[in-house]
Amino acid sequence: MNPMSTAFTAAQHEGRLAIHRHRKRVNAVALMLAIGAMAFGVFWLLWILFETFWLGLGGLNLAVFTEMTPPPQADTGGLANAIFGSVVMAGLATLLGTPIGVMAGIYLAEYGQKTWLGSATRFINDILLSAPSIVIGLFIYSVVVAQFKSFSGFAGVLALALIVIPVVIRTTENMLSLIPNALREAAYALGTPKWIVISSVTLKAARAGVITGILLAIARISGETAPLLFTALSNQFWTSDLSKPMASLPVTIFKFAMSPYENWQKLAWAGVFLITIGVLALNIAARVFFRNKH
Amino acid sequence: MDIRVAPAHLASTEKTKISVRDLNFYYGGFHALKNINLTLPANKVTAFIGPSGCGKSTLLRTFNRMFELYPDQRAEGEILLDGENILNKKLDVSLIRAKIGMVFQKPTPFPMSIYDNIAFGVKLFETLPRAEMDERVEWALKKSALWNEVKDKLDQSGSGLSGGQQQRLCIARGIAIKPEVLLLDEPCSALDPISTGKIEELIHELKADYTVLIVTHNMQQAARCSDYTAYMYLGDLIEFGATPEVFTQPKRKDTEDYITGRFG
Repeated sequence: MNPMSTAFTAAQHEGRLAIHRHRKRVNAVALMLAIGAMAFGVFWLLWILFETFWLGLGGLNLAVFTEMTPPPQADTGGLANAIFGSVVMAGLATLLGTPIGVMAGIYLAEYGQKTWLGSATRFINDILLSAPSIVIGLFIYSVVVAQFKSFSGFAGVLALALIVIPVVIRTTENMLSLIPNALREAAYALGTPKWIVISSVTLKAARAGVITGILLAIARISGETAPLLFTALSNQFWTSDLSKPMASLPVTIFKFAMSPYENWQKLAWAGVFLITIGVLALNIAARVFFRNKH
Repeated sequence: MDIRVAPAHLASTEKTKISVRDLNFYYGGFHALKNINLTLPANKVTAFIGPSGCGKSTLLRTFNRMFELYPDQRAEGEILLDGENILNKKLDVSLIRAKIGMVFQKPTPFPMSIYDNIAFGVKLFETLPRAEMDERVEWALKKSALWNEVKDKLDQSGSGLSGGQQQRLCIARGIAIKPEVLLLDEPCSALDPISTGKIEELIHELKADYTVLIVTHNMQQAARCSDYTAYMYLGDLIEFGATPEVFTQPKRKDTEDYITGRFG
């Protein structure tokens, strides 16, 4: 007989089984709660997506991309000026905010971890990150729109860039901090200067994460309404002049969806659909693009 | 092709490569190395052994001033490489690291292709035409016994290799810039026995061209692949001598206890 088996009495053995049964019960309860929480979240998400696709596809046609936003109760009309305005403003805001955000993130992760300036920057960035976007809109309104006495696409770009910057700073810093020090040391051990270590090794290793952060920022500003209401306002007509008020999808959706006119409501749903698809496509494209890279 | 290696072959009699004089090292207030004095011969493999925390890795990291990355660490004393004190702050640390390469405990391939992993360091110091760079990459990979395994996938990511291959890639990356000294900090501790065997063979071949310093926890490894052995304990250099003597007739009782496994 195995001497180990004699070490436990039958009572001890029964006690162990009881503990085991208890653990299984607790595990089942925890698992059910987790699945329930997940199902609750996914339920609303799927409902939103379903409504968006159902109503959005209904309002979608070629005119949406080719015609300007129509007056109420018109037979034709599209979102061309709003789509253009959104792409231009979100694009410029990303181009403006990304380099600043990435560089500040590099400073926080690689240079100023323990410095006074680093801590202060991190603290202020956290505040900016959680600031309601309407506050940012009002800020740009008072420093740009009120000064130049005109709503403008440029003010919209600035407001959106102010939303991009803290998101990019935070993700860049976090992703760089995740890079093991061993990799940095290995690069330094070859006699590499610090700026090459950062640009060619650590930033490259963190690239996927940093780009995900930029995409998150784009996704966020694509749907922002409040900062544009006070800055770019809106425009019924096509304009590529950034010093003029500029139409955008979120503001147009806001205006159209709240209206009693059926043609406006339909276009609002089409706009919602386009934003959703746009953000989704951006994310999928980035994933496919980076999957097979080093 | 390799001109810098040529004079080294002349050293049939032992020539001093590195001498350490009155080296003290501090982590903040902690005195980690105490008055180390040591002379290391060129084109030999010297193993540093001792229990964890004895300072052997710390000592290795002073040879390429790696500790300077951390503001609270400092070294006092002299480390002479061919007579020149490399702890002298006026010397450019990049140039010292180009002469003294290092391979770490865990393989650290850079996030780029196998080819670029090797070319990365070379590009820092030399501007080579593509054909010469190809030659250099091939030379380094052959030297580190990796060429046959990767020659058809040089454009693939370095992180796709196995642990043992990654470690040889790191060795190739280190020797591609043609250093004079190679520091190996427990290079096999994350590897399986077969990969370890390959690296040990490699160390044996590398000493023809380089002075190799290796930190290891593995006593057999030290006995197998080193010419000299230094035994350290609590920041002191206890014993240094030819490996067969240190292992068979240690002068100090402490060394004998550690080697025979009675302690440590």
